[in-house]
Formats: sequence, C-alpha cells, structure tokens
Amino acid sequence: MVDLVKPKRKKQTKQARGVSRRTALSGLGGAAALGILPGFTRYAQAQSSAPIKIGFQVHRTGIGAAYGRWYDRTTKAAAKLINESGGINGRPVEIVTEDDGTDPKRGAEVVEKFATQHGADVAFGTLFSHVVIGSAPRAGELKIPYFVVSEGHHVASGMLNRYTLQPCITDVKSQVQSMAPWVASNLGKKVTMIYPDFAFGHDHRDYFSAAMAAQGGEVIGKIAVPPTESSYFKYFPKIPRGTEVLYHVMVGPGVLTFVKEMGEFFGDQRPEIFGFIDSLEAVSINSPGLEFLEGSYFWEANPRYAQAASTKFDAFYRAKVGVDASGASIDDPKDISTYSHMFGCWETLHFIKQGMESAGYRGPGDRAKLIEAVEDIAAMAESQAHPQGAKIFNGKTHQVFGHQYISQVGDGKLNVVHKTAIEDGFYKDEVDYTSQPL
Amino acid sequence: MDFGPYLLLATLEGAVGAAVLALTALGLALVFGVMRIVNVAHGAFFMLGAIIAWWVADRLGVGSALNFLAALIIAPLAVGAVAVVAERSVLRRLNYNPESTIVATIGLLYVIEQVALMTYGPDARPVVAPWDFRIQLPWFGYSGYKILVIGASIAILLAVWWGLTRTRIGLMMRATQFDSETARAFAIPVDLVYGGVFAFGAMLAAVGAVLVVPIQQAHYLMGTDPLLLSFIVVIVGGLGSLRGTVLAAVIIGLSDGIISVFFTPTLAKIIATLAVATILIVRPRGLFGTRPT
Repeated sequence: MVDLVKPKRKKQTKQARGVSRRTALSGLGGAAALGILPGFTRYAQAQSSAPIKIGFQVHRTGIGAAYGRWYDRTTKAAAKLINESGGINGRPVEIVTEDDGTDPKRGAEVVEKFATQHGADVAFGTLFSHVVIGSAPRAGELKIPYFVVSEGHHVASGMLNRYTLQPCITDVKSQVQSMAPWVASNLGKKVTMIYPDFAFGHDHRDYFSAAMAAQGGEVIGKIAVPPTESSYFKYFPKIPRGTEVLYHVMVGPGVLTFVKEMGEFFGDQRPEIFGFIDSLEAVSINSPGLEFLEGSYFWEANPRYAQAASTKFDAFYRAKVGVDASGASIDDPKDISTYSHMFGCWETLHFIKQGMESAGYRGPGDRAKLIEAVEDIAAMAESQAHPQGAKIFNGKTHQVFGHQYISQVGDGKLNVVHKTAIEDGFYKDEVDYTSQPL
Repeated sequence: MDFGPYLLLATLEGAVGAAVLALTALGLALVFGVMRIVNVAHGAFFMLGAIIAWWVADRLGVGSALNFLAALIIAPLAVGAVAVVAERSVLRRLNYNPESTIVATIGLLYVIEQVALMTYGPDARPVVAPWDFRIQLPWFGYSGYKILVIGASIAILLAVWWGLTRTRIGLMMRATQFDSETARAFAIPVDLVYGGVFAFGAMLAAVGAVLVVPIQQAHYLMGTDPLLLSFIVVIVGGLGSLRGTVLAAVIIGLSDGIISVFFTPTLAKIIATLAVATILIVRPRGLFGTRPT
C-alpha cells in the first residue's frame, strides 16, 4: 500500500510547482476560509513534522505573577534551544500558554483546555501548590501527563495520581530535611517559623518541625500568615521570647513588605535569621530597608549570584534565559529573576524531551508509554539540560532529589556557604504510583 | 512580649489602619451622602491612586521625599480626572439612578482593574517612604513613616471638615445633600456639585492609597480590602453621616488592628462583619445616621 501511495504524492508535488504563487495563496485563503486547512495540514503532517504541543500552565496574573513572568521566559528559552537542536524526535516543540490566574479552579480548567481544545500532548509548568492540587485530579481523569515545577510535597506524598510528576525541582520535605542539620548546628536549636497559610507553608511547618526534632532542636513558635496578606507587622510580636533562629518563608506580592517590616521590628537586635529565598524571589536583596539582612542566611535551590564554583552549564543557562551574574534580567537590572525556581521549567522541558525520545512518543495515544518511560529515568547528570546540578529521580514517587544551597548575605550579594549532598534529602517512599493503572 | 508593649504595638498598627480607612471611607460616604450613589468602584480608585503614585515616583526619580510629595499631589488629581470622566460619561447618563449606578460602578471597577493589569502589570511594586526613620522603642522598633501617616490623615480630615462646614463650596454640598431639588431652586449648580463630589470622593481614596503605598506596595488587586472595609465603616457609621464615618473608621480600624495582633486577622474580619450585621438589625440607620423621614 505504502508503495502505491508514494508515487502519487510525488506527482502532486510536481504539479504544485507549476502553480503560480498568487493562485496558491488564493487557494490557501479559500481553504482556510472553508475551515479545511487545519485538518488538512494535520493529516498531511501527523507524526512527521507536526509540532509537539506542550501546554504551559502559567501564573501570568494573581499572586504568583512574578514567578510566572520568569517561568515564561525560561520556558521559551528552553523550547527555543530544543528546537534549534532538532526538537523532540525530530519534531518542533510548540509551547501553548494559558494563564491560570494563580487560582486552583482556573488551573483545572486550563488543564482541561490543553487536553480537549488545544490538543496538547502534555501539560506542564505550575508552581503554586494549591493550583497543582486543584489541577492534578483533572489531569489524571483526562490522562494527560502533567509535569509540575512546584516544590510542594503533594506529589511524593501520594495525594495526586500517576499522571502527575515533579521531575526537576525538589520538594519542601526534602529541602527542609537537608537544611535542618545545618541550622541546628550553626544557628541555634530554638526556632520560630513564619510561613504562608496554605499547603506549601504547611509542608514547611510539618517537615521542618520534624527534621529539627530529629536534630535535638525545637520549633517553639509557628506563625501562619495568609498568602494574600499585605501587612505583616502584626505577626512579629507573636515571635516567642527565647527564639534563637527565625525561620521565614513567604510568597505572594507582599514579600518585600514582609521582609522590610521584619527589619523595622527588629532593627539591629535581631535573632539569627534563616529564610527561604521564596521570601525574596524577584526582589533585589539591596532594596531599601533590607540592610538588616546582612549576615543572615537563605536557602537557595540555585544560587542567584554566579559563584566562583559555578559551572559552565550555569553560565550557558544564564545567557540563554537572559539573566546576568547577579540574577537580574540582562535588559533591566531592576527586574530580578526567580532564580531558585525557574530552572525547573528549563530542566523539565529537557526531561520531557528525554522521556518522549526514549518512549518513541508519536502522539496523545502514546501518553501512557511516556509515563512509563519517564518513570524509568533514574539519574540526571549536571549538564546543559540540567544546569542546577545532578539529580536522582524516584519513578515510584514521581519526585526528584537534588542538591540544596545555603547562602549568606554579604556585601549586597548572596554567597554560598554550604551545599548539601543529594542523599541529605532522601526520605522513605510514601507512595508507589507505578502500581496505579494507566 | 509583655502585655503593655504588645497592646501599644497593636494600637499603633490599628491607628495606621484607621487613618487610611477614615480617608477612604469618607470618600465613599461623601459620594453616597450627596449623590445617593453606592460607588462599588471606590476600591478601584484607591488602587489607581497607588499605581499612579508608583509611576510618578519611578519616572521622576528625584529623591524619595520629592518623589513622594509629587505623587501625593499628582496621583489624587489624576484619579479625580478619571472620576470626572466616569461621572460625566456614565453616571450622569444614567440619571444617577441608584440601582443602575451600582451596576455601572461594578463595570467601572472591572474596567479600571483590567486596564491596570494590562498596563501596570501583575507585580507589586514599592514606593520608597519619604522619611527613612525608625523609632526604636525598648521592646520593638517602629516605622517613623507610619506615625507620619497617622498625622497626615488627621490633618487631611480636619481640612475636609473645615471645607465642608466653613466654605461656600461646602455649603453647596451640604445643601445638595439635604435636598437637591430645593438646592437647584436656590441656583446651586447641582450638576457641577455632583461631578465635583464624585471626583473628590475618588481623590480621598487616592490620597489614602498614596499614604499607604510606601507601607504596602502598589498592586492591581489591592483595592478589594479597602472597599470592603469602607462599606463596613459607612454602614456602621450611618449612611451619609461624615462624623459617623470617621468615628466608625477609628473603631473598626483600631479593633481590626488590635484583634489582628492579639488573635488572627481572619477573626478581626469576622468580628467587623458581625458588627455590620448587628448594626443593621438593631440600629439600621447606623451610629449617626438620621432616620429616614
């Protein structure tokens, strides 16, 4: 059959050459007007050069907008790079972007839109944990692979489903577990935590408390702040006396206000401060009012300021995304990146590529094959595809493990003082997604 | 922290909240009192004030104090201009019909919010406080600027009170509020008064926003909370009563601050909403509202 069809196609191509450009254009216009063209191109190109559509669920508006802006830039840069080097299985990658408004309900609708309207092959990109938790069930029902870049422990905890994976950013449980020994031995054992009052913050609260207890430390104060809060001063008097270390992690548009008001409250009589960089993502650490942070510590997933030990992969990644050595946009030094999170988009796209290529992915019919293929991926080497560093992926829990950094604020920069081993973040599996049906 | 200093901190926080709330709610109360219009877009004018303040400070770049002063003048004027356009092009054409204007101002709210999102973007941006001064108390530190906000708000409220009770324009406004038909018969340009009052109400919200923006940052969704609280204040204080509005702002603002500090911000909102419900049941005209005749 195939032999019979082939000569016919050749003949058509020859005839087409004789057609003038004007007729071809009017014909195309007519076909488009009749609504024939989209279908036509799809049939003609299916499984050959039609693009692989990746639905990109992004926080363009709402409280996650600053992250969304950088997730978008990183994703575009990664897609461009993948396309320049031949795409996935020889097919170009097309990013289909939809704004979820940092809203769980809208998030689920967006996933549905990817699967039913856009005909996306996979969905990817969400950060805020409540949006992931709201969207993942729909992804599972529609059986569309959903790759999140979120940090929450929800994937590895087993509360989601086999179609949801977090392959290139570590989860909070693993992060805080590898931070606790350092905090306990270098800063103090009596900790007060300030965290946002939703799933992501609760992960911090629960797993850091447990990790500190394992180190002989104690969390003596737990202060939850609604993520939409705009004024924070009222929370600081709740910090118990005897607090040796103040542990803070905050998200949302008010983060700069949060840290500034912390400085107003303490002045130079502050306890040791250990923060998650989330509290200052997309914000310059040299903003007026943040001077008091000098000498304090931050967790970083990926050091914002290029370090002496930074790799050539990091330099390559910075250049491609458009970030300078201090973590700001090359075009606008006031536009600070979300450097400790956005690498997850870059790496996840490369992970999807690796998975699709090893599965021989050809279209939505191969989604189950894709899930099985990515579950088989175990180790990722530090490379252009993984500039943040080497990683170990757990196919059973759908969660990745990697290095973490602790940086100290000094001379208006963040300087890395400690890098954890990947193993520091390991914990016992809480789920085996591979036992769920596809 | 001991109870004394804790209470002091709570009162300070409450006073700052009350100061900004009094300005914002007064704007809403004026518009309702004089025009009988429930302006749902009031929070949007507040947000617009903050965003324009950021824009002025960012463009000018002549030092934080001058930037802020310029913003304090330009932002309310610009917001007032937007309000005048809205009043002339929308509200007047609806004959200030109470029901239609509610729907119209909801529309206005969306238009302003989406335009802000499309132009200013979804980010929160700070304006540097004009006065970088931190007061170190024995128990905690406090921003000197916040004290300035309380002072500025009191000064503006006194000026508004003086304007309403001692000037000719104030007299015209009060006359229109009392009985617009009769006011018209006495050759008061009611039409102009309406335009002026709507703009002035929006400007008061904008002033409140400019004062708050060095504390909270400008963000396109920042108008929701002030709108809600302003409504609560206006209802508790008595619809249209300016004295009641200011008093209710102080009560609600302080209790919001104090309850937030000692318990949780959510509880503070619950209690404020309960207060409104109670007032509506036992004293529907509010603390200082007049009984409808």
